[in-house]
Amino acid sequence: MTTALNTLFITAEGTRLNKEGECVVVTVQDQKKAEVPLRHLRSVVCLTRAWLTPELMESCLEAGIHVSFFGMTGRFLARVEGVPGGNVLLRRQQYRAADDIARSVAISRALVVGKLGNARQFVLHARRDAAPERQEALSETARRLSEHLRALTRVEDLEQVRGLEGIAARDYFESFPALLKKSAQGFEFDGRNRRPPRNPLNAMLSFGYALLAQDCAGALAGVGLDPAVGFLHEDRPGRLSLALDLMEEFRAPVVDRLVFSLVNRGQLKPGDFRTESAGAVLLKDDARKTFLVAYQEAKQVGVRHAFLGQETTWGMAPHLQSLLLARHLRGELDGYPPFAMR
Amino acid sequence: MSADCETWVALSALQHLLYCERQAALIHVERQWREDVNTASGRLLHERVDLPGHDARVGRRVERAVLLGSQRLRVSGRADMVEYQRDAKGAGWRPYPVEVKRGRRKAGEADRVQLCAQALCLEEMHGVDVPEGALFYGVEHKRAAVRFDAELRQRTEDAIARMHEVLRRQEVPVVVRAPRCDGCSLEPLCLPGVTAGQRSAQDFLTRWMDEAG
Repeated sequence: MTTALNTLFITAEGTRLNKEGECVVVTVQDQKKAEVPLRHLRSVVCLTRAWLTPELMESCLEAGIHVSFFGMTGRFLARVEGVPGGNVLLRRQQYRAADDIARSVAISRALVVGKLGNARQFVLHARRDAAPERQEALSETARRLSEHLRALTRVEDLEQVRGLEGIAARDYFESFPALLKKSAQGFEFDGRNRRPPRNPLNAMLSFGYALLAQDCAGALAGVGLDPAVGFLHEDRPGRLSLALDLMEEFRAPVVDRLVFSLVNRGQLKPGDFRTESAGAVLLKDDARKTFLVAYQEAKQVGVRHAFLGQETTWGMAPHLQSLLLARHLRGELDGYPPFAMR
Repeated sequence: MSADCETWVALSALQHLLYCERQAALIHVERQWREDVNTASGRLLHERVDLPGHDARVGRRVERAVLLGSQRLRVSGRADMVEYQRDAKGAGWRPYPVEVKRGRRKAGEADRVQLCAQALCLEEMHGVDVPEGALFYGVEHKRAAVRFDAELRQRTEDAIARMHEVLRRQEVPVVVRAPRCDGCSLEPLCLPGVTAGQRSAQDFLTRWMDEAG
């Protein structure tokens, strides 16, 4: 898996996708916009109504390319995928592990180690470039995250793991104002809010996490795991709990890092967001496109996989982590090693 | 026993098995598959050959993408190409399997075993002897004839039996990293360096928590 597996995002109304040879051809209003080789694709994400030929759909399903559809308001509708990868035996192992308290605690703890470890690393990276008056706040956050990491070694049940994760998340979000450069005016942050997000930073976080969750769900399904049955996140109807579990370790290094770099570099400004009458804040169409392009680029960035000791990309990382989780559930690995940002 | 309880071995699995038992189990038990440049170009080559239908010359008939199976051995799959040659005695058509391979001739017996398994299927389906077939190598653009002697037949039946055993156990054997792993398209899914206790996730986690502390 040396290539970065790409996502093709469809944002323009009236887009038509068809297959020519081994390529997807993208046409908007009868104008050819792009041609992408099928084997470079991992998924096609339709963020607006799009038209795919049955022939292309068949090729995508055969090649293991997921096609997902979002409603006009950005609500996730469906992901179409071919014959499920993997094997019913692996899914049975997954369900058994989810029912086994000791194993669930061990996996959940590993997931939270990944989440806190990477959040801490992200904050430390940001501190290097921060103005002196903000460095102290960021050091304090890193220190608290270390403390929570140490405390994780002592937790014994799932409630304690979840409780610690909640406290750590609050401490981490408290550092967000200190992550903003002075130049980034109009991006106040007074805590994480969602459903709906009520300021631009939260709008970007929600959008980014939604994309990441779909990438993680696709990666899990690709190795044959059931994205709905998680360890850290309890089962809830309609929730992709294992995808939420897997994305914990990637929230800070992929989405949060992206959001702050867009804001701090001035690529997105307060004027790129609109506020609905009830207070929900959403990205305007052009801003959404800017965000998607930046997200795609972030996935191409190379990174070293600390456990495997090999180079990969942020886009490939969820696939490798899904494999490692499957290997652990199958008993070939003595634990789940989360992805470590260095 | 109802028919649905039976396990069948895919003709293509024999090649995987002879390459590496873990690879065969990953593909056929765990259902892992990944297309890379090699398998894609192999597939394109096959698509050209695989077109169902037949073309004819005098005394010869060619069928492509032929579905084959042996009830006795419980093995089934598709042959790239079967040539039917008019029997010298005029007693009908003798099948002659031809398997198309990307690349060049390989040292192992995997290709010959896969072809021989096709011959065993053809013998059972047509009730005739199939003494010979051929392998066609894309790079060399040449055919190599293969005689189905008693020894090759035995090795083929052994391989089929071994694949049945892999499917019955439903376990993916752990294999230590070997030189052949470098040429394996499944290496990124197999992670041969990680399994078999060669790396510990527990140690990794402990180190990480210590470093952050």
